[in-house]
Amino acid sequence: MEVKTEKTKSDTAGVLKRIAGPVVTAVGINAHMYDVVKVGKEELMGEVIKIQGENIIIQVYEDTSGIRPGEPVTNTGLSLAVELGPGLLTSIYDGIQRPLSVLVDKMGDFIQRGVSAPGLDHAKKWEFKPLVREGAKVSPGSIIGEVQETNIVHRIMIPPNMKGGTVQSIKAGSFTVDEVICTLDNGTQVSMMQKWPVRVPRPVNEKMNPTVPLITGQRILDGLFPIAKGGTAAIPGPFGSGKTVTQQQLAKWSDAEIVVYIGCGERGNEMTEVLTEFPELEDPKTGKPLMERTVLIANTSNMPVAAREASVYTGITIAEYFRDMGYDVSLMADSTSRWAEAMREISSRLEEMPGEEGYPAYLAARLSEFYERAGRVKTLGGSMGSVSVIGAVSPPGGDFSEPVTQNTLRIVKVFWALDAKLSQRRHFPAINWLNSYSLYLDSLHDWYDKEVSPEWNTIRSWAMEILQKEAELQEIVQLVGSDALPEAEQITIEVARMIREIFLQQNAYDAVDTFCDMKKQYDMMKAIRQYSDLAYAAQSAGVTPQQIVTIKSKNDLPQIKFIKDYTPALQKILSEMEAEFNALRSSA
Amino acid sequence: MKEYRTITQIAGPLVFVEKTEPVGYGELVNIVLFDGSIKRGQVLDTSDDLVVVQVFETTAGIGRDSGIRFTGETIKMPVGRDMLGRILSGGGKPIDGGPEIVPEKRLDITGAAINPYARGSPNDFIQTGISTIDGTNTLVRGQKLPIFSGAGLPHNQIALQIARQSKVPGSKEAFAVVFAAMGITKEEANYFMQDFERTGALERAVVFLNLADDPAVERIITPRLALTTAEYLAFDLGMHVLVILTDMTNYCEALRQIGAAREEVPGRRGYPGYMYTDLAGIYERAGIVKGKQGSITQFPILTMPGDDITHPIPDLTGYITEGQIVVSRELHRKGIYPPINVLPSLSRLMNLGIGKGHTREDHKKVSDQMYAAYAEGNDLRGLVAIVGKDALSERDRMFLEFADLFENRFVRQGYSEDRTIEETLDIGWNLLSTLPVEQLVRIDRDLINKYHPKFRQAGKAEG
Repeated sequence: MEVKTEKTKSDTAGVLKRIAGPVVTAVGINAHMYDVVKVGKEELMGEVIKIQGENIIIQVYEDTSGIRPGEPVTNTGLSLAVELGPGLLTSIYDGIQRPLSVLVDKMGDFIQRGVSAPGLDHAKKWEFKPLVREGAKVSPGSIIGEVQETNIVHRIMIPPNMKGGTVQSIKAGSFTVDEVICTLDNGTQVSMMQKWPVRVPRPVNEKMNPTVPLITGQRILDGLFPIAKGGTAAIPGPFGSGKTVTQQQLAKWSDAEIVVYIGCGERGNEMTEVLTEFPELEDPKTGKPLMERTVLIANTSNMPVAAREASVYTGITIAEYFRDMGYDVSLMADSTSRWAEAMREISSRLEEMPGEEGYPAYLAARLSEFYERAGRVKTLGGSMGSVSVIGAVSPPGGDFSEPVTQNTLRIVKVFWALDAKLSQRRHFPAINWLNSYSLYLDSLHDWYDKEVSPEWNTIRSWAMEILQKEAELQEIVQLVGSDALPEAEQITIEVARMIREIFLQQNAYDAVDTFCDMKKQYDMMKAIRQYSDLAYAAQSAGVTPQQIVTIKSKNDLPQIKFIKDYTPALQKILSEMEAEFNALRSSA
Repeated sequence: MKEYRTITQIAGPLVFVEKTEPVGYGELVNIVLFDGSIKRGQVLDTSDDLVVVQVFETTAGIGRDSGIRFTGETIKMPVGRDMLGRILSGGGKPIDGGPEIVPEKRLDITGAAINPYARGSPNDFIQTGISTIDGTNTLVRGQKLPIFSGAGLPHNQIALQIARQSKVPGSKEAFAVVFAAMGITKEEANYFMQDFERTGALERAVVFLNLADDPAVERIITPRLALTTAEYLAFDLGMHVLVILTDMTNYCEALRQIGAAREEVPGRRGYPGYMYTDLAGIYERAGIVKGKQGSITQFPILTMPGDDITHPIPDLTGYITEGQIVVSRELHRKGIYPPINVLPSLSRLMNLGIGKGHTREDHKKVSDQMYAAYAEGNDLRGLVAIVGKDALSERDRMFLEFADLFENRFVRQGYSEDRTIEETLDIGWNLLSTLPVEQLVRIDRDLINKYHPKFRQAGKAEG
């Protein structure tokens, strides 16, 4: 696709011919695909999505009630683009990067139409500090200076669609995003803001393989099914199984430097929750409010459907921009199913031939294009950055065989399967440990070896084995009851229960348990392993499972989750445990 | 106003009109019949040569000789203070024999989306007096919490009990009820009306009635009229409004009917592909606006066809609303009222409205622990059916008993029994105390020491 961020031709005026909901037809404009057009007397924003002879078909990002045939249409000649520069962080945007706070000032508490608002504040001055001198050679993507935006340093780059050259002048000082801060010998003038069309991936030098996990502080994710920085993951689940809570936990605690959170066709109150909560939560690494590293995009379910379609592109373009500065960015899209439904709605208004379940035939292509924009990369400027994409999927009726889930699973590398059964018994996060998988285990093996413990990978496999074994045993228990199992297997059942209740269950609403670092995860799992080893040893020494279950110290183990400085308590439990087992064995 | 007589086609609820002046999308249309009576409709598709009008009533009597008048504006609802206590048709006309509404304002019925940035955080705990809601699926002001029910279950009683008992403890702010009936029978409507009259709630209520024999297409606008009224009461007059919408299943059927008439590509089970967006346009009109006094809390009721929670109507609803209260046929058969099955029920905003400063510090953990214990006990029932009670371990037997106790003491309560949140939580603790303390893994020790009946008494004795 052509990269158009500046006007390429003069405006042409046309008229509206037909209006049917968010899709309208115009004649008399010389438009190209994906050009942004202004529709009707109120100049509603729209985008060309189909050209049929004279007829230009446009999806409109705002409500079209009351618009009549014969009203004017003008072509801006530009692609749908976002403004990138200082001021992005802490912002909350709608699907086409209009700041919602500005919209409140301009049109009140309810979303009205026909109001445009630029993505960045063009009046605000930022303190620019150059990082290159005059005479330095720069190329597209080179970092030429920086702005302290929040606690995050915003690096100013030569836009990828400009030509490089030698710096002729560059100045420090206080500037707006439009003012020229740097001039190159070829006459190119650089300001702090760049524009980029949302449907075009920003270029990179090279895509690399991910080798570092995105640590999320969620035990079942980091411990059992990790995602790599620059990786892709899907969280499908029926309603009420905890997609949104999981997404929000990731937005809060994942160790990315920048978080882009897209509320795509979801609930308004949820966005409010994020807006009120994030400024008060602290980043465990920096101690600064989480909001300072976050960009929010909120196109709730009752906001215009075409803008919902655009929202994921707006989000990923912003994420790529921060990646190009050399940051690790994680992007959460909640929910990609609503995005797919927006595509379906527009497609059916275009009277296109439907594919599976009424979705357009290009659904799979659009999904894979989107997820492919994730990755760990060497940027044009030469640094390393990454975008990790985590997409929630809302399958109708919780049925994973539907097209959006299936097409997503073909692309993503990590699958966190939410399970309504688990959430009903308040096992949270309700991620099914038997159905989920991570294809990054091999590439992250070395990292865990080095950074956590050489034992970690073994202990993880052990835990997975026990859980798998339990699932098989449970089938037998369902038929004959647990007392009928052989003694060793009764212990397996008990150990599996501990893994589930102590390790896998995590309380997102508890101040301590909401985030659990790798060391604590390892210590907890090791403690369960220790119990298991002692229990099997005792059993082979002749102690009955009934006696083993009476061990008191293990009952204190779940409390470890809620204690911040847990080491002394854990040591105490472990030594008591050993004493109790010794006593049992000597009496056996 | 110009009148056209250029109808070319009438199909189901749709009327096709040719050769008009430019007509706005979504415009209100009056159709004049030969006897002078007027039917109303709305523009669905407009172009130079053809306009498609969706008629809100039956098309009986419309012919090619009928006149079409385009009003030049979208559908507006006249609203005013004197609407309280009135009964209106599903199309917004008074049907209680009283005078016309004196409009203070005329509002667009589609309503605009609340800017997420302008939304207030919903965190005022509403006490409904029903333990399964207050204790385990807490409702807060500004929430939309549907009741998922089935044919023949007492969802109407539950809705009425909620409407009657709901209060924010310690607050005396103005409240109102907006009740919208879509396609329910006259008998059911009477049941609601009598209860409103008996309890005096009617004078604080606005009622919209689209009954089973009223035109199905009218149901498309009934909830929108109701919510427009609710928004006026809440955000203009500063009242706390409880909106009851029943039955959303009938609404969705009407939506499907129109989709079929327009020959649209159907989505799942024949419902239109845009049903999610359409329903969101209704449900998302609940909430609180920062800096405004009032609030809109929604209680949509829907009957799940075949008790199937994966049916598109409950499914799409559940994806939009902030949880659901599920009414269970099994509990109903056991004679338990209210037969609310807490396991598939959920309140997403619960955590905002409970805990210290809202209800009580132990609320969340007691609720989680009861859920886990009841789920475990409930699973064991299946096992008992196969292997018998004797094959269970001591631990399992306790959980099995807990499940029975939970249903009989926590879930079961009277139709007019109004429990305070303290009573609800204390019942919870009493039930949990039948389990050994070390099984209460979801509650930290401090709370156990403070609230567990065993330690509480011990503490009192010492103190």
